[in-house]
Amino acid sequence: MHIKQKRSDLLVMSLFTIIVLSMPVWLDPVGANYPDLLQKFVIFGIFAIGYNILFGLTGYLSFGHAIFLGVGSYAAVWSFKLLSMNAVPAVIFATLLAGVVAALVGYVSLRRSGIYFSILTLAFAQMFYNLAYSVLTPITNGETGLQLSLDDPRVIDRLVSSAGEGLPVPELFGISMSGYSGFYFCAVMLIMAFFLSLKIFNSPFGLKLKAIKSNQHRMKYTGYNTRPYLLSAFIISGMFAGLAGGLMAVTDPLAGAERMQWTASGEVVLMTILGGIGTLYGPLLGVGIIKYLENIFSAINEASLQSFFSFMPHWLNEMMVMLVSPFVGEGWQLTLGLMFMLIVIFLPGGITEGFQKIKTKLTTNQKIQQGDE
Amino acid sequence: MDAILIQLLNGLDKGAAYALIALGLTLVFGTLGIVNFAHGALFMLGAFCAVSFQQLLTISVKVVDPSITFFTAYKTQPYLEIWFGDVGLMMIDYAVPLSILMAIPVMLIIGLMIERGLIRHFYKRSHAEQILVTFGLAIVIQEVIRHFFGANPMPTPAPDIVSSSAQVGAWLGLSENLVYPWWRLIYLAFSALVIVSVFAFLQLTTFGMIVRAGMFDRQMVGFLGINVQRKFTIVFAIATVVAGLAGVMYAPILPPDYHMGMDFLVLSFVVVVVGGMGSLGGAVAAGFLLGIVQSFASMTVVNELIPGIDQVIIYLVAVIILLTRPRGLMGRQGVMED
Repeated sequence: MHIKQKRSDLLVMSLFTIIVLSMPVWLDPVGANYPDLLQKFVIFGIFAIGYNILFGLTGYLSFGHAIFLGVGSYAAVWSFKLLSMNAVPAVIFATLLAGVVAALVGYVSLRRSGIYFSILTLAFAQMFYNLAYSVLTPITNGETGLQLSLDDPRVIDRLVSSAGEGLPVPELFGISMSGYSGFYFCAVMLIMAFFLSLKIFNSPFGLKLKAIKSNQHRMKYTGYNTRPYLLSAFIISGMFAGLAGGLMAVTDPLAGAERMQWTASGEVVLMTILGGIGTLYGPLLGVGIIKYLENIFSAINEASLQSFFSFMPHWLNEMMVMLVSPFVGEGWQLTLGLMFMLIVIFLPGGITEGFQKIKTKLTTNQKIQQGDE
Repeated sequence: MDAILIQLLNGLDKGAAYALIALGLTLVFGTLGIVNFAHGALFMLGAFCAVSFQQLLTISVKVVDPSITFFTAYKTQPYLEIWFGDVGLMMIDYAVPLSILMAIPVMLIIGLMIERGLIRHFYKRSHAEQILVTFGLAIVIQEVIRHFFGANPMPTPAPDIVSSSAQVGAWLGLSENLVYPWWRLIYLAFSALVIVSVFAFLQLTTFGMIVRAGMFDRQMVGFLGINVQRKFTIVFAIATVVAGLAGVMYAPILPPDYHMGMDFLVLSFVVVVVGGMGSLGGAVAAGFLLGIVQSFASMTVVNELIPGIDQVIIYLVAVIILLTRPRGLMGRQGVMED
């Protein structure tokens, strides 16, 4: 049994690795093969996987995960400014600092459950956001956002070489972290994150988290103190978010406070729900769909709509453009909101549940047919 | 002394808005058991009722400007002015208070539509799902408003007669310099009126009695042969109207934009939990309390002592109260506890 489990893990991991690393190949036909978008897929994938460890496994709905994303970004940019342009210390720094902040926020928030937990995380999110804009301006650079500048110390880099001309870019031992190399760096991180998440899902720890979701009281009666498990899950998912934030800074070295607003946490909730909460692949599916559609929808404008419907008679064309245009371009958020509402109303388990439903329907149909024969 | 009085007024004023929004939120929560993340969006819709009513009144036409005789100049003149003359101008001036007349039916219908169309399917679902679906609804409402009104704040002036400041200091025999905007005083009085009428409605009418009984024990009221569901639908509509009215009157204080709902939402949730989930009195008291706390925290003296305190004080208070008094200030036992 144990060996079988290990073997299937290996299979899943190797399949996943192949799929992620070959993204530029198989996303090419659908027009999503450019580094910016690929990076977004992968980075938000990490964010969503981490969020899923908390929300999906334990059922605790947090609106505070944008804090850790923001903290990760700030930490990474500071690492670029003070230490080195190398991506490795930046990412490590981002993850650790996010973990520390998550421990603080989680320790306080997890004293309550249910809606109170959500509101506590909401309050923390607002607190950090407001602070980033006001008192913490020396650290966060307020509204302008934290950026690299020419006179940063960069202690470690200075030991090796003198300051060059122009702003340096984040690198990994000499490889610049923009474009495809940045994507591959993030992809490796995603594969590691996914591996960890797979391990957690199949571990006794993951089982305990699931038990907390299904019935925390019963869990307590069996003699478990649930809080340490919850806190660990919170910190782990916070660190995932920090890693994602750090990678955002690696691919584009600036950090702004708007990344920390609670509605940004709402976005990751949307992605996790859309794909299927509590499933291993669901969140990644959600990220893929939302980021891909966002990319397509926000690029459409009225002119492109007109050419799209140009085969229709003129009056029908105009009517269609009028009907569709509120939902594209600037109106992408509207489409997203509607899509999200429909999913929550009709498919609370997300797209993964939808697949499952279709599958069971097909198999039962087959059975009925077999019965007829 | 002056500074303290001003901060007190400021706090009461902020608190009035918080209390109104939190009141509606608690009403929905206490009766229907729904955690409504779209409540902030309803507040924003109210504010946009004022904006659209004003735009409606000022629909204009280009007419020849008789005061310029060298050439034919055109000026825009609202239809109302052409039709009714000075009465029309006065109506435009009083657009915000008049828009209440429009806001009440509009918000009532919106509330009924939301409850019948969406919320009622969610009574039996988990709180997390309620939060998620209403969050989605809030995004949708917000984006619809942005589609029609754009992303910029829409200035909606109060009537001229109250656009100046009241001599609050002189009334109280204090310094002459102590003045306070009229409209904010009106907002305070207005919210007090709304709060009192909601409470009177719940305490003095038979309908209110049933609603209170339903909040206390919904099942028992059902056993007595009363259709609680229908009553609760109306309660949701009332809560929508209260949020809308809070928004309408707030438009001159803060030019409404499409995301003002989200900004107020977090605050009002904080107010609700500080007051105690499901306690109407608690929501109102906590609203005013937090408003006052916030405005005192933004005094320069306090800010020099603890920098940044004005930004986080409300949330800090909320966190402390939630941890030390789990039921909030006036919460009942057994509400939202698992």
